[in-house]
Amino acid sequence: MSDQSHSHPSPWLYLGILTALVIGTCATWAIAFVDLGIWNPVVALTIAVIKAVLVILFFMHVYYSNKLTKLTVAAGFFWLLIMITMSLSDYLTRTFLPQ
Amino acid sequence: MSDSAGLVAEQFDDLEQQHEADKLGMWIFLATEVLFFGGLFLSYTVYRYLYPDAFAAASRHTEVVLGGTNTAILLFSSTLMALAVRAAQLTRRKPLTWLLLGTAFFGIVFMVVKGVEYHKDFIDHLVPGAAFQWHEANPQAAEIFFWLYFAMTGLHAFHMIIGLGLLSWLLLRAGRGEFGPQYFTPVELGGLYWHFVDIVWIFLFPLLYLISRHQHGV
Repeated sequence: MSDQSHSHPSPWLYLGILTALVIGTCATWAIAFVDLGIWNPVVALTIAVIKAVLVILFFMHVYYSNKLTKLTVAAGFFWLLIMITMSLSDYLTRTFLPQ
Repeated sequence: MSDSAGLVAEQFDDLEQQHEADKLGMWIFLATEVLFFGGLFLSYTVYRYLYPDAFAAASRHTEVVLGGTNTAILLFSSTLMALAVRAAQLTRRKPLTWLLLGTAFFGIVFMVVKGVEYHKDFIDHLVPGAAFQWHEANPQAAEIFFWLYFAMTGLHAFHMIIGLGLLSWLLLRAGRGEFGPQYFTPVELGGLYWHFVDIVWIFLFPLLYLISRHQHGV
């Protein structure tokens, strides 16, 4: 018997995660009204990634799951990253687009 | 584990193995969902790169207060769902029912707010098509933004409707007392789906509602 069936994360952990998620949302909102130039989307996405990782690790129990589950989750996001990176490597290097 | 015999399908050795296989299957499905939404996120990225000013101007026409409220609503809903999975594991029947009801309640509130928001967009002629009206620069690019806005939030809302259906089914089964420490897989997998839909919104909110809110001109 390895993991899931014996893990009962406490309600306090969940409430702590909720607090962090709400703080992250407020921070995203507040920072959007400050001019950081090209760093605005970077900061917004960094906070979003941190929030998503908290949800995945604790609400979705990946932190307590076996390696097969962890690998499957990581693979899903890795493929997304490949799709976006490869496509952008084209768009960001085109010399004949407007602007 | 003697009373677990009826719960294990014949291809599995025991409940543990069945539970792990069920979870793996759900995560593989969710990985395909990541790529399903990923296509839209990619289109968004490319068009925002091509038309940064029009996207920033269009984003300022979204209802940021309603979108922000809905973000908080979904976070509360997800927390209740996580607590519901725990209640199912611990055979706490009444809390399980109330937590599932709370999860669904906030899900419904989200959909109502979304409806109000779509109604405002409709009145403001922001729906792409013959009635689309745009009085700032580059209306074609603004229309692309709003197509992406409706496609992404619409696909997300469609997932919310499926999630609410799953929650109703879980509530029925919870009412019959079907879940306990040995068998709570449906609650857990329903929870995974609900949390995934929450994660999609965590990215949609800053990308659609909060581009360059600090700028007032174009």
